[in-house]
Amino acid sequence: MQMPAPNTAIIARKAQLVSRFLDVLPKDAVIHEPAETKAYECDGLAAYHCPPLCAVLPSSTEEVAAVLKICHDEGVPVVPRGSGTSLAGGAMPTADAVILGVARLNDVLDTNYDDRTITVQSGRTNLSVTGAVEEDGFFYAPDPSSQLACAIAGNIAMNSGGAHCLKYGVTTNNLLGVTMVMMDGTVVQIGGGYMDAPGLDLLGLVCGSEGQLGVVTEATLRILPKPEGARPILMGFDSSEVAGACVSDIIKAGVLPVAIEFMDRLCIEVCENFAKAGYPICEALLIVEVEGSDLEIDEQLEKIKAIAKTHNPVELREAQTAEEAGLIWLGRKSAFGAMGQINDYMCLDGTIPVNQLPFVLRRIGELSKEYGLDVGNVFHAGDGNMHPLILFDVNVPGQLETCEALGAEILKLCVEVGGCLTGEHGVGIEKRDLMGEQFTPADLEAQMRVKDVFDPKWLLNPAKVFPLADSEERRAA
Amino acid sequence: MSAPTTEEELSKAVAAADGALRIVGGGTRPIGRTGAGTRLSAAGLTGITLYEPGAMTLVCRAGTPVSEIEAALAEENQQLAFEPMDHRALLGTKGVPTIGGVVAANVSGPRRIQVGACRDHLLGVRFVDGSGQIVSNGGRVMKNVTGYDLVKLMAGSRGTLGILTEVSLKVMPKAPSRATLRLTGLDDAQGLAAMTLAMRSPFDVNGAARVGGDVFVRIEGFDQSVAYRAERLSAELTDNGSVEVVRDEAAQSEIWTGIRDVTALKNHNYVWRVAMTPSRLRLGLLDGVLHGLAFDSVIDWAGAQIWIGLTKGQLSLVDRGAAGFHAMLQNTLADPTVTGRAGGHATLIKAPEAFRADVASFQPEPAPLAAIAAGLRAKFDPRGILNPGLMT
Ligand SMILES: Cc1cc2nc3c(=O)[nH]c(=O)nc-3n(C[C@H](O)[C@H](O)[C@H](O)COP(=O)(O)OP(=O)(O)OC[C@H]3O[C@@H](n4cnc5c(N)ncnc54)[C@H](O)[C@@H]3O)c2cc1C
Repeated sequence: MQMPAPNTAIIARKAQLVSRFLDVLPKDAVIHEPAETKAYECDGLAAYHCPPLCAVLPSSTEEVAAVLKICHDEGVPVVPRGSGTSLAGGAMPTADAVILGVARLNDVLDTNYDDRTITVQSGRTNLSVTGAVEEDGFFYAPDPSSQLACAIAGNIAMNSGGAHCLKYGVTTNNLLGVTMVMMDGTVVQIGGGYMDAPGLDLLGLVCGSEGQLGVVTEATLRILPKPEGARPILMGFDSSEVAGACVSDIIKAGVLPVAIEFMDRLCIEVCENFAKAGYPICEALLIVEVEGSDLEIDEQLEKIKAIAKTHNPVELREAQTAEEAGLIWLGRKSAFGAMGQINDYMCLDGTIPVNQLPFVLRRIGELSKEYGLDVGNVFHAGDGNMHPLILFDVNVPGQLETCEALGAEILKLCVEVGGCLTGEHGVGIEKRDLMGEQFTPADLEAQMRVKDVFDPKWLLNPAKVFPLADSEERRAA
Repeated sequence: MSAPTTEEELSKAVAAADGALRIVGGGTRPIGRTGAGTRLSAAGLTGITLYEPGAMTLVCRAGTPVSEIEAALAEENQQLAFEPMDHRALLGTKGVPTIGGVVAANVSGPRRIQVGACRDHLLGVRFVDGSGQIVSNGGRVMKNVTGYDLVKLMAGSRGTLGILTEVSLKVMPKAPSRATLRLTGLDDAQGLAAMTLAMRSPFDVNGAARVGGDVFVRIEGFDQSVAYRAERLSAELTDNGSVEVVRDEAAQSEIWTGIRDVTALKNHNYVWRVAMTPSRLRLGLLDGVLHGLAFDSVIDWAGAQIWIGLTKGQLSLVDRGAAGFHAMLQNTLADPTVTGRAGGHATLIKAPEAFRADVASFQPEPAPLAAIAAGLRAKFDPRGILNPGLMT
């Protein structure tokens, strides 16, 4: 993975910069000893790492503004960071960059059940947003599997999704407003607690901009009353094609489950070994969850089971108790962890039109053989967001490169069939150089113009999202 | 007037333009400053190019009539779930509403409170920018975070950043059954309280509005589920006036089309749309600056949106008339002591063209945001020819 050569003049000014940060931040909020900056050298895409110049951990919007102003004056690149769980390298620094971590900004500022909103500081973890309101019967809907660790800041930057977004949407559909600090230190309020933009939809633009337009310090989120109940059903099929057809039929029939998750044989086996969830060992497994009162759940599941039966499932298991429901989800939720136990893996994130599922799975199988690396598939089937997991061993010379090449082939395949490179993890550094597969130069130019407006000096997370060659002139200016 | 029929023709027409362009689809939603420029219509770019019911996606050219899309979807028992408003009744316009117009104005109806706005159902766009350059963003899949989300930026940009040529939309199943609770005998404050209560329930309310003194609450889904939720919700709302459950399909259709299209205000000469939080709507607006004034309203989105209509007669009682009322409303919405940190905004939706030419129909934004918006317009439309001044 190529990163631009660090600016040595900035590195030479490190001591001076650190002392300027110490003028505006408490001592323990400026991390500059090499032993300590190492903690910020990578995010969830751990194969790539580089310690930053230093890391700063402000505790207020004002401190964030003060830090950014200094960096703006000094022409120093800044990489915003939430919890560092990005799988795309979005929070990976370069040697001349300052990591600006928002982990200390984690308060709840306001909850309003009548308006169904919560305002939090952006470093707060996803799960603890729900944690703050669940006793009162509410929840925050987007639920990335990393929700215990990942921060709302990272969710907004990546426009993260989760298992339940088929019904509730992804981050952008649940975000009402942000407080954001621009690179020059200006604090702006975009959106608020209301439901649509007064003028241009700048909030929609900021969400998913991968930390390149501003540093988000506060967010107002939509919260929802908890449904009366939820129940999953597990179905096994003897081919992925049939499972794919079943998904399509469920959607066409007008049932809208909150989640439809898919796992292939490799994933089923690995997860079963790891979690002992009692999964049937078969070619394809679907977990479908519906919500409501018992009566409503029964009504929906009857329809779903009737559809499933027309596809001759090898297993059809409806959770009868909360414990059984937990077991059905347990395997799926531990999928990434289970895969990590057996090998290093790279998790891809392309989205495809759901009717292309059988073809794409077959092609992935062929490519996997061609490249000699196993690929497991676990994903959100209702919306076509795939997560092929390529298994490799980082200690075997050449395997990381083979894995990257195979990953690129699979993502190109997603684009070819009418899909996209990333459905929820973001571009970061990982998919940066594939952007040309999906976009024309004019398409990319239009996006880069947006960054020109928000961050004219291209100091915020500059070497991400756009192919290095395309952004080079702007970064150099 | 030019009316290209392909994206290439449109792109050439824009590149060759030597002055301001006034971009229209069906021309049914003249909002903001619509005076200047040569008319350029996108209504010639028509046709559904892809519809996959099993993938819940539809792609079509921007000039496609909304009615054509709705008919195609109805055949598969699907719909545009965000329930786009038809502005013709309210604004007294004629013409055929196009999907491009819906998207360009981010038009959403009552179901917005449950399923999101038009922008939340927009998966991809193609557009021609102010230099004639064709740009594509997003795509036709449900989840897509590849690059910046210009899709959201284009939704609601009203032709000021680019002219939409193609849109792809998430479409959703039509519910087989629905029920509407009608609550009568409530004042505004009680009506808002009842809607708030309904929205706090787990019963998945997907419409909550107040019009003509009544409150309407809608539930949709499968038969048994609707019956169950209607019963539970009626019981919970019994302390809120008298509750009647409307099950007749035609009657419900009339109620919700009326709310969606704000027909209750169609005879009013001036209409504003205000977005703010329900709690502040009551405290800051209805009990605040509007208290004691003569006006009519339709409250939708469970109190997050209010349409305020004034007739000439009602305006004659207002200090400085329509201009005075407009300024008062926008100043109030910009006042944090009224709207709280949640904020809000007021947009002038209906007024004579001469009046619209003179005022900022859209809520003026704080300086740093206005600068960003101006910066984006300068990048996407360097010559400033796309609907100049419409939104500012
Ligand atoms: C095991 C595992 C499971 C996962 N499952 C999912 C899943 O189901 N769905 C999903 O969508 N993702 C998933 N992810 C990916 C990841 O958790 C998300 O992208 C998450 O939103 C990142 O949040 P973070 O706080 O860790 O952000 P970071 O990794 O710290 O940063 C992510 C990006 O946000 C930017 N950023 C951070 N803070 C700010 C700020 N204050 N202002 C502006 N920009 C900022 C960074 O510069 C970077 O580009 C998973 C990751 C792991 C490791």
